[in-house]
Amino acid sequence: MADNKLSYQQPDQTGHYGQFGGIFVAETLIPALDELRVEFEKAMRDPDFLAEYRHELKHYVGRPSPLYHAQRLSDAMGGAQIYLKREDLNHTGAHKVNNTIGQALLARRMGKKRVIAETGAGQHGVASATVAARYGLECVVYMGAEDVKRQAPNVFRMKLLGASVVPVESGSKTLKDAMNEAMRDWVTNVDSTYYIIGTCAGPHPYPQLVRDFQSVIGEECKVQCGEQIGRQPDAVVACVGGGSNAIGIFYPYIDVPGVRLIGVEAGGLGIETGKHAAPLTTHARPGVLHGQRVNLMQDENGQIVDTHSISAGLDYPGVGPEHCYLSEIKRAEYVAANDDEALVAFNDLCRYEGIIPALESSHAVAHACKLAKTMSRDQVIVVNLSGRGDKDIPTIARLSGIEL
Amino acid sequence: MSRIQETFSRLQAAKRRALIPFITAGDPRPEVTVELMHALVKGGADVIELGVPFSDPMADGPVIQRAAERALAHGTSLRQVIEMVAAFRRDDAKTPVVFMGYANPVEAMGYEAFSKAASAAGVDGVLTVDLPPEEAGERVAVLKQYGIDPIFLLAPTTPVARMQAVAKLASGYVYYVSLKGVTGAANLDVADVAKHLDELRRHISLPIGVGFGISDAASAAAVAKVADAVVIGSRVVREVEQGEAGLAGRLTTFLSDVRSAMDRA
Repeated sequence: MADNKLSYQQPDQTGHYGQFGGIFVAETLIPALDELRVEFEKAMRDPDFLAEYRHELKHYVGRPSPLYHAQRLSDAMGGAQIYLKREDLNHTGAHKVNNTIGQALLARRMGKKRVIAETGAGQHGVASATVAARYGLECVVYMGAEDVKRQAPNVFRMKLLGASVVPVESGSKTLKDAMNEAMRDWVTNVDSTYYIIGTCAGPHPYPQLVRDFQSVIGEECKVQCGEQIGRQPDAVVACVGGGSNAIGIFYPYIDVPGVRLIGVEAGGLGIETGKHAAPLTTHARPGVLHGQRVNLMQDENGQIVDTHSISAGLDYPGVGPEHCYLSEIKRAEYVAANDDEALVAFNDLCRYEGIIPALESSHAVAHACKLAKTMSRDQVIVVNLSGRGDKDIPTIARLSGIEL
Repeated sequence: MSRIQETFSRLQAAKRRALIPFITAGDPRPEVTVELMHALVKGGADVIELGVPFSDPMADGPVIQRAAERALAHGTSLRQVIEMVAAFRRDDAKTPVVFMGYANPVEAMGYEAFSKAASAAGVDGVLTVDLPPEEAGERVAVLKQYGIDPIFLLAPTTPVARMQAVAKLASGYVYYVSLKGVTGAANLDVADVAKHLDELRRHISLPIGVGFGISDAASAAAVAKVADAVVIGSRVVREVEQGEAGLAGRLTTFLSDVRSAMDRA
């Protein structure tokens, strides 16, 4: 968590990461964000809060998640050794719960009885609904109508957990529109409601708060690499939509020399087709959306453009401000994997390792496989396997022309 | 003296309140916006708030969201909206025009280029919903350099320290958001608004407009008793949504009714 002594210190006092980040929201929300920032800072210095958070991660989530050597996959690629940080084995099946537990504990501490969340693939919605049930909070999840269709199993899962799921019909009916609608709910119910943002994006302090709760991934990984490999990896690879699983594993490595940090965005149908969700890979011009200044997919008039990815969780036109900053200072590299490459990786991991990954995480696996082939057998790549693929089975079946 | 200042001084001398209707530029299509602006003035508008459509209007309710979608479907861009004001100015040199919108279209054009073009076209003020004082500093300085008033929002949740921060940056008038919520919500509490305005006036000397949740002549008249200006958005846009037939006339009639109710108040 926040106890690592890094020479890297971001964001600054005003929530900026260089030219990125900030607090671009309507006046009504500013006092709520101020309150959140103050409470968050207090909580992170409160031993009781931190002890409860760690207790929940261990006994409810099942942490630490294993670091697993994907031996057969590595052999098949014929290069570097690929290790998987198994966030897919967490309770609820993805890394998202690390953050929702932290934020739900904050909500409870702030006396809020109602939580809201936006979701793309549904993983964050499920993780929010789960912790709301766990702590007895009312939960409303906003989800793009398009995603409600794509991710039916997760919609049902949220309802089983007692949450209301509101399909959002505006705009492109995906993650960004769900976030707009969650903001509208928050501004209306700001006194009673805590907004659990699912990724390291949005107005300050959210990007920092989500990073700090997710950095447990990278901290565990550092210890496990030491114990299991005897050294730190040559490269850490993670998929990036908003970028929460990536920042979680990258953050503790920022000050570790010699470890390449590689974020993999959604290349969709191919960067050259324009149908993708890869703002960093394509060096999209910085702009303002959802309370933050970030690299943003937009047209020449500053309107946000529709994105495309096979995975709902990566289908977002922006990316968290800290990734923009890490890209700008060249501490992390950002590349894209296309839909078809992600599908090949998905199948490879199923067949070589008996692990069904989320389509989001499959993007990271795809790039790791590509990279491994260019490296020697004594080198090491860690992939953050951010989620499991059960939710994607209907999509995969449909693509294979199979009716379930 | 800026057009906005002039307007408020004139109204104050006559002991009248300003009526500020809002329409989204380019809704229902870009060709009719200038005509609708004139119709608003004919109905008694003292200032026009012209919405600059944005793909992700986070602070707006469904009515103004749909207006933005209609405008964007016709490709309405910020540059075109500036041109509409230039066209409006050919027949109206007096009525202030304030842009209301989101930061990104202006960021994309660049503050310098935007301010220069907007000022030349006759734009008087800019209200950027997602640009609070924290992020406004340099951006607002550029607007002011070109004689454009930065209009800021104040909310029921705004603490005193922030009122003072806004007072330092704002010019023209300030816009008090009468309720926690998005545009077009309907639960205006005039007594509560009056209480907040008393507090605001201790820290801000600019005229105060009140908007969000004002849906008819009666609520406009009630607000006119406590505020310097009454802003009506979603209700006007709903009129636009009814279709283009007789639209300019309907807008004039609706505003005239509001205007006389306010003047009786």
